[in-house]
Parts: sequence; structure tokens; C-alpha cells
Amino acid sequence: MNTLQQLPILSIIAYIPLAGALIIMFLIPKEKTGAIKAFATAVAALDLAVSLPLWFSFDRAKAGYQFVERIPWIPSLGVDYHFGIDGITLLLILLTTFIGVIAIYSSFSAIAERQKEYYILLLLLQTFMIGTFCCLDFFLFYVFWEIMLVPMYFLIGVWGGQRRLYAAIKFFLYTLAGSVLMLLGIIALYFYNTTGFLGYKGLGHAATFSVPKLTAVAAAMPPELQVWLFFAFFFGFAIKVPMFPFHTWLPDAHTEAPTAGSVILAAVLLKMGTYGFVRFSLPMFPEAVKTPWVIGTMVFLAIVGIVYGAMVTLVQKDMKKLIAYSSVSHLGFVMLGIFALNMAGVQGGVLQMINHGISTGALFLLVGVVYERRHTRMIAEYGGLARQMPIYATYFLIMALSSMGLPLLNGFIGEFSILQGAFAKNFWWALFACTGIVLGAAYLLWLYQRVFFGELSNPANAKLPDLSFREQLTLAPLVVLALWIGLYPKPFFDVLRVPSENIVRSVGGATMTPPAYAGAPGTGIPAAGDLAPAAPVPAVR
Amino acid sequence: MTITINHFLILSFLLFAIGFFGVLVRRNFLTVLMSIELMLNAVNINFIAFSRRLSDLTGQVFSVFVITIAAGEAAIGLALTISLFRQRKTLNVEEANTMKG
Amino acid sequence: MKDLLWLVPLFPLAGFLVNGVLYLISHRTRGEAADAHGSQGAPALAAAPAPSVHGENPAHTHAGSSAHDPAGHSPIPLKTAHTVVGTVSVGLSCVFAFLAILDVGIGRLSEGAAHVVTLYRWLPLGVNQAVGQVHGPAGEWFVDAAFRLDSLSALMIAFVTFVGFLIHVYSVGYMGHEEGYGRYFAYLNLFMFSMLLLVLGANFLLLFVGWEGVGLCSYLLIGYFYDRDAAADAGKKAFVVNRIGDFGFILGIFGIFSLFGSLDFGKVFPAAAAHPSAYAPYLTLVCLCLFVGACGKSAQFPLYVWLPDAMAGPTPVSALIHAATMVTAGVYMVARCNVLFRLSPDALLVVAVVGGFTALFAATIGVAQNDIKKVLAYSTVSQLGYMFLACGVGAFVAGMFHVMTHAFFKACLFLGSGSVIHALGGEQDIRKMGGLASKIPVTYRTFLVATLAIAGVPLLAGFFSKDAILAAAFEAHFASAPWLGRVLWAAALFTAGLTAFYMLRLVSLTFWGKFRGGTEQEAQIHESPRSMTVPLIVLAFLSVVGGYVGIPMVRGGDRIGEFLHPILLPLAGAGAHTAAHEAAASTEALLMAASVAAAAIGLALAYVWYAKGEGAVPARIAARFPGVYRAVSNKYYVDEAYDSVFVQGLAKGGGRFLWDFDATVVDGAVNGTRHVTVGLSWLSSFFDQYVVDGLVNGVANTLQAGFRGFRRAQTGRVQNYALVMGGGLFCLVAVYLLFR
Repeated sequence: MNTLQQLPILSIIAYIPLAGALIIMFLIPKEKTGAIKAFATAVAALDLAVSLPLWFSFDRAKAGYQFVERIPWIPSLGVDYHFGIDGITLLLILLTTFIGVIAIYSSFSAIAERQKEYYILLLLLQTFMIGTFCCLDFFLFYVFWEIMLVPMYFLIGVWGGQRRLYAAIKFFLYTLAGSVLMLLGIIALYFYNTTGFLGYKGLGHAATFSVPKLTAVAAAMPPELQVWLFFAFFFGFAIKVPMFPFHTWLPDAHTEAPTAGSVILAAVLLKMGTYGFVRFSLPMFPEAVKTPWVIGTMVFLAIVGIVYGAMVTLVQKDMKKLIAYSSVSHLGFVMLGIFALNMAGVQGGVLQMINHGISTGALFLLVGVVYERRHTRMIAEYGGLARQMPIYATYFLIMALSSMGLPLLNGFIGEFSILQGAFAKNFWWALFACTGIVLGAAYLLWLYQRVFFGELSNPANAKLPDLSFREQLTLAPLVVLALWIGLYPKPFFDVLRVPSENIVRSVGGATMTPPAYAGAPGTGIPAAGDLAPAAPVPAVR
Repeated sequence: MTITINHFLILSFLLFAIGFFGVLVRRNFLTVLMSIELMLNAVNINFIAFSRRLSDLTGQVFSVFVITIAAGEAAIGLALTISLFRQRKTLNVEEANTMKG
Repeated sequence: MKDLLWLVPLFPLAGFLVNGVLYLISHRTRGEAADAHGSQGAPALAAAPAPSVHGENPAHTHAGSSAHDPAGHSPIPLKTAHTVVGTVSVGLSCVFAFLAILDVGIGRLSEGAAHVVTLYRWLPLGVNQAVGQVHGPAGEWFVDAAFRLDSLSALMIAFVTFVGFLIHVYSVGYMGHEEGYGRYFAYLNLFMFSMLLLVLGANFLLLFVGWEGVGLCSYLLIGYFYDRDAAADAGKKAFVVNRIGDFGFILGIFGIFSLFGSLDFGKVFPAAAAHPSAYAPYLTLVCLCLFVGACGKSAQFPLYVWLPDAMAGPTPVSALIHAATMVTAGVYMVARCNVLFRLSPDALLVVAVVGGFTALFAATIGVAQNDIKKVLAYSTVSQLGYMFLACGVGAFVAGMFHVMTHAFFKACLFLGSGSVIHALGGEQDIRKMGGLASKIPVTYRTFLVATLAIAGVPLLAGFFSKDAILAAAFEAHFASAPWLGRVLWAAALFTAGLTAFYMLRLVSLTFWGKFRGGTEQEAQIHESPRSMTVPLIVLAFLSVVGGYVGIPMVRGGDRIGEFLHPILLPLAGAGAHTAAHEAAASTEALLMAASVAAAAIGLALAYVWYAKGEGAVPARIAARFPGVYRAVSNKYYVDEAYDSVFVQGLAKGGGRFLWDFDATVVDGAVNGTRHVTVGLSWLSSFFDQYVVDGLVNGVANTLQAGFRGFRRAQTGRVQNYALVMGGGLFCLVAVYLLFR
């Protein structure tokens, strides 16, 4: 552990893919596609191998950031090169390195042209994603956050489907628009800490972009300024999540991106938004978050996202679009959990981020499998595949069940925890969100039925080969992970516990789950007359 | 006789004049380059003479600068010469008139 | 042995894994081809061994096609392996269940002993800081993966594993010719695992896990013949309708957690029983939520629609899942939570009314059905209504008693119908049957016994349990509606008569009279193999004797009541709803006579109308009231109404509307921003080109015209420039020297 603490392990994890990308760029000629593939996979696997020790040597009981690296970078502006992780980012980094291997390994047969550039971009993307999760300096964070768009833009725009240019540009501009507002927020914060701006008197501190420091500064700001800044950050994050009504870039980007792009987009990139809420919005602007109309708006948007996303999913004719819209619904659950502002909600929300990465990532992989064989994503083109591809059907069923939250698989753990947190806060939130569970079963089973059941009527499907060994190798780890989280989620909750407690405490929530209504004798909790709008119980706050 | 600063100035002037003449009238690019070197060295002599006369080392330092830059100038000039020769198969400066307005 | 309780569900799970993997391996024939040709598309694949899409039997399909498939050359061992793994795992589970029960001891169980085996800590639910007697000690809140063996779960695992084992054995014969034999056994084993998890789970969450698990297996098994759209539709419908129930159930679970700070049965119920007045005000909503879940799983009134459709699955599945075990999970859950329900008279009232209404409603539909399995399906819905009626009037023990006896005779009936279908090569329409009694005697006799049992003929199993329910309903006292008990009793009594009527109608149309199918078909009718008839005989035997554990009015006769008594925790304090009053012996005798009379009337009417009169009277009645007949035979159009309102209307219509909304309004706003931006850019570009740049160009043009002459000087020759420069310098120096 000590040796690991002394090494700049986070930088190593972050820059291994970059180094791999440079080596491919300069040392491997583009004709040697086999070597490029093998090398890219090896780099990603090495990255995963290097990141795994973090899981074992991470101190679960320690508050604050671990494996911290800090070097002054631009001293005159107070910019540091500052890396560090807590339990939340630990899981997200592991998810990123894990998905990174799978995304690269799954692209072997899907990508036929410009392979060199493709793998270089995938590796670059991985460096930027890990950097975004690791860094604890707003300046650096913004750099990573923005530069991440570039490889993704090219992945969609070059290797995408028919409307790839439209989708890529929409993706780029939409997210850029959001993050510009975030940049404004960061700058405002910076000046609030130093010289002041727009009539707000600055604190006159030394200039810094340090996340922990500015978080403390922001948390002490006057409430109305917090609300302004909360919404500045909100647009950046909400578009990335994406929350209703900022979600329309997602179906286009997902649908047009190549399989690996969709997988990374779903598994990691969307998590940037929810991660932003957990890491920045909640601890930085507690007064804003606690304002009833703000939290009401957030939860309203989350619940609308859940139900609306599910309803729209129900009528999709394109498999990838269907799964993309289901992401809107799932991330609505994540947002609901986060804004329940209690332990169960936040822990469940973060865990559901991981779960969504696993389940939806796997579903995109699975759609990619038949897309590679048939070059169509239209549901109507399929039917009766269960007979022809039983192993494929089995994998698909497992991941669909995981996505719809069936117990003993990962999705259930996250959804249960989120809904429990929401219920503890307000009965009606849980009631409306639960409809998402019913609709989730409906759209996934209907999809499954249309693709796998019925007669195998389309002759084009009559000779589809079942999953190859390599394809199974990309999917099996995801299934194992889904079962692990479903059967024994305790290790994950252990990792998340301390950071979640900090977050919940910072917004003044109770770290326990407060009973929504309890007239239990001897507890001193006032009996709520009925279940109606059960406000958070004051005694517990 | 003692050699005074005037001798140096005259030498310097003659060298400069020769160089300038070469630049103006010669058609061969290489000769033009050599003429420019001549002019630079004339300037160097001037610098050093005054440095000696005024007991100020700045002039000598400048001359070292000029030598350095002259080396760079020669390298770039030769590179341009080669490039020009490759394009036009000639070293005639009259041919290099595409900048004509 | 009792600590090995976890083995009981584990055996079927192992069976599922082995069977599932075996099945998939034996089907992995074209995988290698995929590696070689995967990216090259269809033409290259033509070289791969052509799969036979409509193969009768998976083993047969690739018997000759794949060299690297060890099972491919010997299809018989593969099938035997499936059979052995499938049945033995459940058999072992059954043996261990009984051993565990005996190890704890029946005596100790009926004294209220509960044996809990905790495997590991499963799900953390936050940290408890509020210290209070009900919320448990401060510390971490969590849910354990733990199994609980008490009298209620003992009863359940006993009959679930036993009936399950019989049905597995039966399936060996029934499914022998079907494709995907291994898949079938894998699913069936998974079902047993989930069901045992459901009944053995020591907390609400594990109960919910099993609850969802059986739903999944139900989905998979209903859709077993997935080629048929009807089967696939029915499976999906079952799952989604069950999910609507789960929606309520999970809200109920959250409510319980919020109230008690625990989901553990061993903590929740004693806490509720100890502080009834504190919890009672909140329990109505919780109990109603739980009951929504029970309605979904146990097919009660608004959510019963999936069960009749579920008959699209193989018949043993209908027997196991949709008659004997899974559908009674709702009753089990309500009985398990009896403490909570007893604290909420309103919730009990709802349970009783829904149960009573469903019983009657489904029985009336059953009268006019012509599909042998559909009749049994509606009968199941109706009998489940009985069980809920029992729970609703506070007779939880009677409800569970009926769960058990119903498992015996309804499993026997379904398996019997399966035997009939098997004999007729897939025919399910009773109008095309008749006269089968002599051709398949074993099936006939067992079917008849089970029919008499369900009809409530005295001294058979159904008589005792049904009678207990009727008596409890008669004696029930609802504070808010004192007359309700009698109304429910009357409805239940009428239902009993209807049940006897439609069941004997079924028997007479199926087994009596003359065969109404084709002669060719008639020639092929054969009795089922031993593996199918033996379970039938065992179940028929149990349908006869199963009721003797609950003989009323005899001291020591009500064994099941004593055994299950510990689940009815005594409530502290007054004001709580008490269980059914003990009826006076004379009243009970009278009630018994009434129910016997109802059964007798029903049986007699069916005998006279169908066996003697060949259906003339019912036909006349149908002709007289065509509207009523059409409504009944079309199941009151409930399915159609649901389809148009919820499926087409709310779900698909709403989805489509929102999709349009999404594409036009939400995305339209985004694209609108784009168009506006592009338009503005175009305007700016116009302005830039003609106004701003125009100014610049104007200046440039003026200058150009003015200074054209100077262009001459631009020879492009460096030497010319240098000359001019030198000249200029010379002039400057000259001027300087001259005018110094």
C-alpha cells in the first residue's frame, strides 16, 4: 500500500493509454492492423491491470481524497496539477478501464477502415476520461472535460452510421454549449474567491482552482449566489447526463456512433454529468440544493425523465435508439437517487451509474453483434433469433433483465436503493418513479419478444452465426460483474459509504435514511398525519 | 607608419562597396550570397575597429552576433539556392521574379 | 441438518445451472463458423453447416452436423442427463426440506419455533442513528441473505417441493417429444429455486427476490413455445401485469422499512404486535400496497388477466406454476403479514371483498369456457379468490389450508388435462372430446377424484378447507360494514355451487358420452406413460386424504390449525381486528350442510344438463340471453378493455405521442436553435460581405486605381530593389553631406 501511495499511480493510469496512442501513432505503420489491434488491447489491459490494485489498497474508512498528487502548474493563476480519488471516483475509474478493454476488444471486426486512427482515438478518449475523474483542480477539470469531446466527435463523425455528421455535430455543440456555462460558473467562483465580481465582494484569498478549497468557499456563499452558480453548473452537467429536456442529442449520438463508441458513451461519458452533480453541485451549493423549488425542479425533471424516457422507448423501431432512450429513463433514476439527498439515494445513485454502465454497455455490445452480421438495427428486420442464436439470446436476456432491475442482478440493487431513498424523502416521488419499473419491463420484454421470439420469418436471419468466442469474451465479464453486484453488493457499498456520507452531510441530510412517516413510540419522531407530501422529517435533519 | 582607424574604415568601405556591387550586378545566386558575406564582414571590421577605438566591448560582441547570424544566413541562403535550382534548373536570379507585382 | 436449509433452494439452482449450460453447449454448433466468417457476411456463411430451422429436436438437429459437439453423436445421453439433473435436484431438495423440518421438529414448529440460517450480509440500507425501540439499535441497517424455517414456510416447502417433484417426473413423459427439453428442465429448476427462495426468505426483500424470480420463470415457461406469437404475448403479458403488482409490493416494502427500520420478519411482526396502536394508522396504506402485489401474483380481480393467457405454456407448467405453487405466493405473503393486515381492518375488508368478488367473477366465466385448460385457469382464479376471502375475514389458517389442498387437486386436474391433451395429440377444445373415460381410465379416475375434491364433496380434501373458509366468512364481523360477512358468505356459497357445476360439466364433456373428434384421431388415443400416471395417482390420493389434517369440530382434528397457529402473533392491546370468531357447533354444522347442498346442486345440475341432456338446456339458456352469454364467454371483454385503454391507449399511444413530442418539440427546440443560429450567421455573413467588407474593398479599389503606376517599379528582381536602395542611401548621404 505504501509503495502504491508513493507512486503517482493515478497519473500512470491516466497516461498509459496516451502513451499507447503515441506509440501506435509513431511506431506502428497503419498497414499492420493486426499489430495495432493487439497493441491497443494490450495497452487497455495493462491499464486495467494497473488500476486494479487501487481497489485493494483503497482505504475505505478514510475521509477525503486518496492517492493525491499535487504539483504547481501555472502558479500565477493558482492552477495545480492535482489528482486524487475517493470511493466514487474509484468505482468510476475502474469502470472506465474495464469498459476500455471491452470497447477496444469488441471493435476488432466492427471497424474495417482507418483502424489506426480509430484505436488511437479510443485510447486518447480513455486518458481524457480518467483524467476528468481524477483531477481535483477546476482548471484541469475543464480542460479534460472539453478535450474529451474531441475524440468522441471523431469516433461518431468518422466511423458512425448514415447520419453521423449530424449526430456528431449535435453532440459536440450541445455539450459544448452546456460546458461553456459551467466555465462561467468556474470563473465566477474563482473571482469570488479572489477579487470579487459584479458587485460581489471577493474574499481576497490567494488565487486557486483547487476543488476542495473552492468547494468550501462555495458552500459558504450567500444562498442567492449559490442558486445562480448551481444553475450555471447545472446546464453543463444536465446536458451531459442527459436530463429531460436536454436529452435529444443522446439518441442521435448513440444511434450513429460505432458500437464501441456507444458503449463508452453509455458506460462512461454519461456518468460525467451525474458525477458532476455528486462531486460538485451537491457539496458546493448546499443552500441552493436545499431550496425547495430547486430540489423540486430537479426531482420533477428526474421523474419526468424516468417516465417520459420509458414511454418514448416503448415505441422505438430502432434497437439502438430504444436502448438510448432507456438510458434517459435509467439516468432519471440516478438523478432521483442523488437528489433524494440521503444515504440510500446517493449510494444507490452512484451504484446505479456503474450498473447502467454495465447493463446498457452490454446491451449496446449485443446490438452491435447483430448489426455487424445484418447491418441493420431495425427491430422489424429480426424475429425468431432465439432458435438460431441461443447463446446470444441468453446473454441478451440476462442483460435485459439486469437493465429492468430483476433481483439478483445488478440493476435491482441500484434501483431498490434509489427508490428506498426517494420513498424515505417523499412517498409520491417513489410512487411515480416506480411506474418506470413497470414500463421498463414492458419495453425490454417487448423488444426481446420482437427480436427473439416468433417464427424465424426473415430468410436473411436464417443463417446468422451464434456468438463467436471473442464476442462471448467481451460479454462474459459484464455478466459476471452484473451477477456479482446483484448477489453481493456489499463491497461496493463499503467503498461508497464514506464519500456518500460526506456528500449527504454537506447538504445537511441525515446519513441514515429518515423514516418518511413514523409514529414509533419513543423515537421522538412526530407522527405524520398521512403520507401526503411527506416533507423530510425535521427531527432527523 | 601606424595603422589608424582610418585605414580600417577605408578597408571596410572598400569591402562593402565590392560586396554591394556584387549583389547588384552578379546574376549567379551563389555569387550574390558570397557578396552578402563580404558586406557582413565589412561591417564586422567596422564594429571591431570602433570597439578598439572606444574601448567598448559591445562592438566585438556585436560582431560575434553577426558572425553567428551570417552562418545561419548562409545556411538558409544555400538551402534556398538548392531549392531554387531544383525548381528552375538554374541559379540565375533573374529567373526568380514571381514576386513581381 | 436444519442448518443445511440453504441446500433446499440450492439444489434446484445447481440443476438449473447444469441443465442450462448443457443445453447451451449442445446448441453451440455454429459458433466456430461465426469466428471464421463473422465479418464477411452471409455468402461466406453458406459454407457453414446449414442449420435446420425447424428441427423437431435439438439433439436430432445437430446429430450429424457437428463433429466438435460431443453430445451431438449421442442425443440420448444428453436427454437422460437433462432428465436426471432436473428431477434428481428437485427430489434432493424435497428430501432435504423434509429432513430439515423433522430436524427442527413438527412439535417445536407448532410451538412457534423459527430456525433462521443466515448466509451473508446482502444489502446495506444506510446507517441508523435514531435510537428507538422500534427502529432497532443504532448501527448499520442491512438486509441479510437468510432463510427462515417456521411453521408457515415449513408447510410451504413441504408441498412445494413434493408437488414440484411430482410435476418434474410428469414432465419427463409429457415433454419427452418436445424440442428444447433441456431448456425446459433448466427453467423448471430455476422456478423451483425462486419459489423456495420466496417461501424460505427470512425478510421481505428475499421474499421479493423469489417473487420476481418466479415471475421471470413464469415468463420464460409461458413463452416456452416462443415460435407461437400467442405464447410469447402471454408470457410478456404475465410479466408486465405481475410488474404492476410488484410496483405496489415494493412500495409496501419501502413503507415497512420506513416504519420498522428493518425488513426482517423476525423483527417487523413482533414490533407491530407489540405496539399495535402506534403502527395501525400507517398500516392501511402499506397493507394495500402489499395487497396490490398479491393481486398481481395471485391473479386477483383487476390483475387476473394474465393467468388464463398463461395457459399457452406447457401443461405441467400450468400445473406447477399457475395452479399449485406460484400463484399462491400472494396468499402466502398475506398470511405471512397477517399481523400487519390484522392491524388494518380497512385493508382486510378490501382483501375480503376483492377475494370474494374474484371468486364469483371468475367462476361465472369458467362456466362458459370451452378450452379444457381455460376452464381450469378460471377455476384457479376463483379458488385463489377463496383463499383471499379467507385471509380477508381473518381466517389466515383456513386460507393456507386451502392453498395446500388446492395444490393437490388443482395440480392433479391440470396434469390430468395434460394427459388428455397428450392422448388427443394436442387437442384442447372440450367440444371435440367426449367418451374418453374408457380409453384413458387412469387419467379419468384421477381427474374425477380431483373434480369431486374441488367441488367440495364431503370427506375429500377440498371439502374441509372450503368449509373452513365459508364458516369464517359467515362469522366475519367488519366494524364498518356488519352485513358484509354474510354477503361474502352468500357469494362464496354460490361460487361453490358454480364450481361444482362447471367442473362436472368439464368432466362430462371430456370423459362421458361419445367421442366428438375425428375417427382417425380416435384411433390414436392412448393412455399416458407411467411417468405421467404415477404422479396423477399420487396427487389424486392426496386430494382425498389431504383434508384430514384439518377436520373441524373434532377435538385434536384441526392439526393444521395447531401447526400454523404460531403465525398468528397475539396483538397487544385492544381495538385490533380479531380473527374469526369460534362458531358454535350447531351453526357450523348448518353451514356445512349448506355448502354440501350447494355442491350437490351444482353437480346435479351439471349431470342432468350435460351428461344426460347433452347440453340442450344450456344452449337454450344461451339462446334466450344472447347478450349475457356473449359477455360471459368473452370474459366480460376485460382483456379487450385493458388492451385498448392501457396497452394501445396509455402505453403505446402515450409513447407515440411523447415520441412525436420529443422529435418535434424537444428536439425541435434544439434544431430550431440550430436553424436560428444558421440564419443569423447567414445574415451576418451578408452584412459582412457587402457592408463591412465592401468598405474595405472600396478603399482598396481606390488605392489600386491611384497607384497603378507604381506597379511598374515592381520588377520582382531583388537586385533592382537593392540598386534603388543603394541609390536612395547614396542620395541621403549626399544630402546630408551637402546641407550639413
